[in-house]
Amino acid sequence: MRLRDAARVIRSKNAGPTEVTIDLMFDNRELYERALGAASLKAAVIAQRYGVADAEVIPYPAANAIKIVLPRRIIAGTPGDTDVYGAQQHRPMLDVEI
Amino acid sequence: MSNFQRVMTKWEKEGGPLRIMSASGQLGYGIPEKPFRAGLERDLHLIGADMGSVDPGPYYLGAGKLATARRSTKRDLQLVLTGALAAKVPLVIGTAGTAGGDTHLEQTLEIIREIAREQKLTFKLATIRSEMPRDVIKAKAGAGQVRSIGPIPALTDDDIDGAACIVGQAGTEAFVRAIDTGADVIIAGRACDTAIYASLPARLGFPMGPALQMAKIIECASLCCEGGGRDAMVGTLDRDSFVLESMNPIRRATPMSVAAHGLYEQADPLSVAEPEGVLHLDQSKFEAVDERRCRVSGGRWAPAKQFSVKIEGATRVGSRAIMVAGSTDPVFIEKSDEIAAAVEAQVRELVPPNPKNPYRMIFRFYGKGVVGMQPVSQPPEEVGVIVECIGEDEDEARAVAATCKQYLLHAPFPGRISTAGNLAFPFTPPELTAGDAYRFSVYHIMNVDDLAPLFPVDVEMVGG
Repeated sequence: MRLRDAARVIRSKNAGPTEVTIDLMFDNRELYERALGAASLKAAVIAQRYGVADAEVIPYPAANAIKIVLPRRIIAGTPGDTDVYGAQQHRPMLDVEI
Repeated sequence: MSNFQRVMTKWEKEGGPLRIMSASGQLGYGIPEKPFRAGLERDLHLIGADMGSVDPGPYYLGAGKLATARRSTKRDLQLVLTGALAAKVPLVIGTAGTAGGDTHLEQTLEIIREIAREQKLTFKLATIRSEMPRDVIKAKAGAGQVRSIGPIPALTDDDIDGAACIVGQAGTEAFVRAIDTGADVIIAGRACDTAIYASLPARLGFPMGPALQMAKIIECASLCCEGGGRDAMVGTLDRDSFVLESMNPIRRATPMSVAAHGLYEQADPLSVAEPEGVLHLDQSKFEAVDERRCRVSGGRWAPAKQFSVKIEGATRVGSRAIMVAGSTDPVFIEKSDEIAAAVEAQVRELVPPNPKNPYRMIFRFYGKGVVGMQPVSQPPEEVGVIVECIGEDEDEARAVAATCKQYLLHAPFPGRISTAGNLAFPFTPPELTAGDAYRFSVYHIMNVDDLAPLFPVDVEMVGG
């Protein structure tokens, strides 16, 4: 199952200028747990997918959601950045199989 | 009696919950008027609005400018100021002028004084300044009391001296001092968005866990509702929980929408660091009151042994000019990276860079994987082209952008069949100067023993 078919929300946004976070929100506990257990959503796999050194995966059961925190390759707004708000960094997650 | 004294005296007599309205999470982009006016009918104890953020990038902090247009900023300030004064409810505005430096605060106050003159308003104003003294930061950095947030280098004296502006986020402590001046209105420089709303509950002795948890949610106005929204939000705070309600009747704050909002723009949804401690949210409970109101509880406050301030600074990196175009030629699109390299070499020959501070050229071919910084799988049928130059001054940046425009337009390459020009320009001039360019050079936590000296409070009578 692709993440884009499993999740209701897949979005990215800055959490301050040095980090980008990706939120995955699911409609029910079953899909949330399926995603949480997926090998493709382990921190090291996600870090590799985004080409960054490390990633953090934080379960947030209160909203059937998973938060991913990634370090930015370029600090927001520094020349060379392509996404000052970090709002369009969700795409690499869309076709992840869970 | 000031408006703060009025609501505090009233509360001390009557007790009960505090009703706090968040008018806007980004004052200056247009506050919806009808929900705001509906909120004024709720016998409020406080009206707050947030005016800034680091999200728009380092430019505004560095250049001393507002992200919002003056007329829109004035319109919103006039709405909240006249509304609050007419209702005799205290008004608190945080992070004045987008970035909250002294110049941002002053530009905001200048608009406030203009509104007061035009509307014949008289009120007592307390201001909180948030620019950080450089010698204090240097001493703290030297003593190992400053740490990076995320992947930003450790602070050096050069970073501290070289920044155009460095601000610190004022916490609840500073706002409580401002309340105690007997003000009607508080306008702060850079501030924690939570402090705007948690200050009055703190002053009245409410438990800080629920107070800060409510502040953290309502600071984005109705964004915590299903489908979001920018309408005013009212939080009704009891001692151990609070109820959220949007002032737009079509917006529904549901347990799921409010819980999900906890993820927004936060690296850690389970804890929020404040200057005076940490708010823990791992035991939060969200319950429906009815179909559009939600009760929230469970926020726990852990006071810090060591106070700390989040500091933000921006440094000028040069002057920016850009060139904007598009292309539909398949060969140009395929070979764009090599063509760009050849054109860049040509431009560097024609506009010789200063060897000590060479200008930078950045080519972006939108459609080929710019936004996600990863190549796309299929070649696009057309691309957008932005070439950016960061030069020493405007003249150099413009010269580079203009030269680049001409040489990229006519660049030769193997297989070229469209020999009259490689680019389509959407307007003229296709190269534009964009002012000074900045980068965030400071985004750190600084440990301090005493918060008050860093955030001085001043008082003035406006219109009196």
